[in-house]
Amino acid sequence: METFENKNNEQRTETMFLNVGPSHPAMHGVIRIITELEGERIMGAEVEIGYLHRCFEKDCENVGWNQAFPYTDRLNYVSPLINNVGWALAVEKLFGVTVPERCQYIRVIISELSRLVDHLTCIGAAAMELGAMTVFLYFMKAREYLYDLIEWLAGARITVSYVRVGGVKGDLPDGFAEKTRTVLRKLPSIIKEVDKLLTRNRIFIDRMKGLGLLDRERSLSYGITGPLIRAVGVPYDVRKDIPYLVYDRFDFEIPIAEDGDNYSRYMVRMEEMRQSIRIIEQALDQIPPGAIAVDPEGRELTGAEMIELAKLGRTREYIDARARVDLTLEGTNSECASLVNLAEERKLKLPSKEECYGNIEGMMAHFMQIMDNWGIRPPEGEAYQAVEGANGELGFYLVSDGSGRPMRARCRGPCFFPMAALHEMLIGDMVADIIPTFGSINMIAGELDR
Amino acid sequence: MEPVTDNNTLNTLRHRFGGAIIESGLDRGDLVAIVAKERLHEIIVCLRDEPGLNFKMLIDIFGVDFLPRKPRFEVVYHLHCPERNERIRLKVQIEEQDCEIDTVTDLYAGANWCERETWDMFGIVFKGHPDLKRLLMYEPFEGYPLRRDYPINKRQPLIGPQN
Repeated sequence: METFENKNNEQRTETMFLNVGPSHPAMHGVIRIITELEGERIMGAEVEIGYLHRCFEKDCENVGWNQAFPYTDRLNYVSPLINNVGWALAVEKLFGVTVPERCQYIRVIISELSRLVDHLTCIGAAAMELGAMTVFLYFMKAREYLYDLIEWLAGARITVSYVRVGGVKGDLPDGFAEKTRTVLRKLPSIIKEVDKLLTRNRIFIDRMKGLGLLDRERSLSYGITGPLIRAVGVPYDVRKDIPYLVYDRFDFEIPIAEDGDNYSRYMVRMEEMRQSIRIIEQALDQIPPGAIAVDPEGRELTGAEMIELAKLGRTREYIDARARVDLTLEGTNSECASLVNLAEERKLKLPSKEECYGNIEGMMAHFMQIMDNWGIRPPEGEAYQAVEGANGELGFYLVSDGSGRPMRARCRGPCFFPMAALHEMLIGDMVADIIPTFGSINMIAGELDR
Repeated sequence: MEPVTDNNTLNTLRHRFGGAIIESGLDRGDLVAIVAKERLHEIIVCLRDEPGLNFKMLIDIFGVDFLPRKPRFEVVYHLHCPERNERIRLKVQIEEQDCEIDTVTDLYAGANWCERETWDMFGIVFKGHPDLKRLLMYEPFEGYPLRRDYPINKRQPLIGPQN
């Protein structure tokens, strides 16, 4: 027994190394944190990433501009629609075209729906890891309502690939606005219920408040954006600061908090969900009828009656004309079925699947775009387009050499930057605090490792 | 690139660094400056600390490979000033034979991982980086996958340390 007794009563100061991950139930995705512990306190940490690296950028450089959309779905797979929008806006910036208003509203609506999904997942999962299973179930139910909408709209829940360069895959289905409003009426009560369960919950506050701290200067220096930078009192939001689409037309606020801890991040996300609901409601009220796609010169695609003119070779007459289109997934009526049959040789937007399989012109247009190195070709140059992803600024930097493929496609993944700062947030906290801090960053391995 | 004369940031840079600002102007609405590699560090210090400029936020650092153009590589820096909502893109051109550039990890904490990724993907060495090692690929990986002469279908089955 003698050997186990501390004879001289001296303190042992050896530190212990503990590996968390790469395969660990609380590490959403694969990531490894090597911690140096003294007792239960974290003295140092190193974060290792790259386990989910899938060469997103290299892949994008080897496919056409439109074919990169399925890859972008897999960046932030919780809110893939925002990634789609970001890529499309970056390519459109290269072309120098702006999509029609209706399309811009659709893109705003889907972005905000995705943001809601993302925040619901983040808070739900973070709460579950602290033992609040009810919150997780409530939020997953709410998320299901939104995924139903997205599935109805895009045909898939997660791998949506809904946006196209120069437009979107199809118009909003009939009755989409009403159904969305019904969902949006349900959401605030769920958020309120969770608010009651968590915001003043002693256990939750003890696990979140004052932990995972990062001050303002360091956050800026780390390039952190999104809810995490707003949680240190910097009201930086791409939607307000560098407006894209039609975000400048909506009345919404950027919530900020001051403390820079996990609890502030939670509060910011909760408020952001309410703001997103406001934006969607306004967008549904304001959305104009009209076309949803443009051609490479930036003109709106025109409808059926113009096809007849085009067949006679009278294409000049409808260059500035507008036509109503109704491209839905449920099938197209005869008017819009002729939509792609314009006499222009090369369209910006891929024809819808109904066109592609339904008539020879659609098939030809599709073939022309998909054939290797034959699709749309932006002018030489480079463009950087940022959108406000759910986790912060999502940016695409594209370099075109005038060919059918990007020469360089860089993706600025929003959670890459907070993850670079994670070790600093963890130092001084306990082992058990790794989980809420990591949860509050909302790391999505798809956009982190690309 | 469209020339700009009334922008305070570009004017300050041109005034302070003269010939080191090789080209500057607006590119598709974004402020861009191509700067000399040797003075990059100084320029970023100026952008960050000068009271009227205040680019406190590092948005991104990454590389671009322009093979077969010469100089082959470009390293791009995006800096942002949250107070004025101004953003600037600095581009530095790098020759293949002299694939080195000064680190900015002493100025921005976020540069650490960005520079590691750029080294990992393009093999551009950041002089003075505290811990320049691969970030996304694994240590024994050979070559630089985002270089344009690295074939997309090339496979390297070696994963993890050898014994």
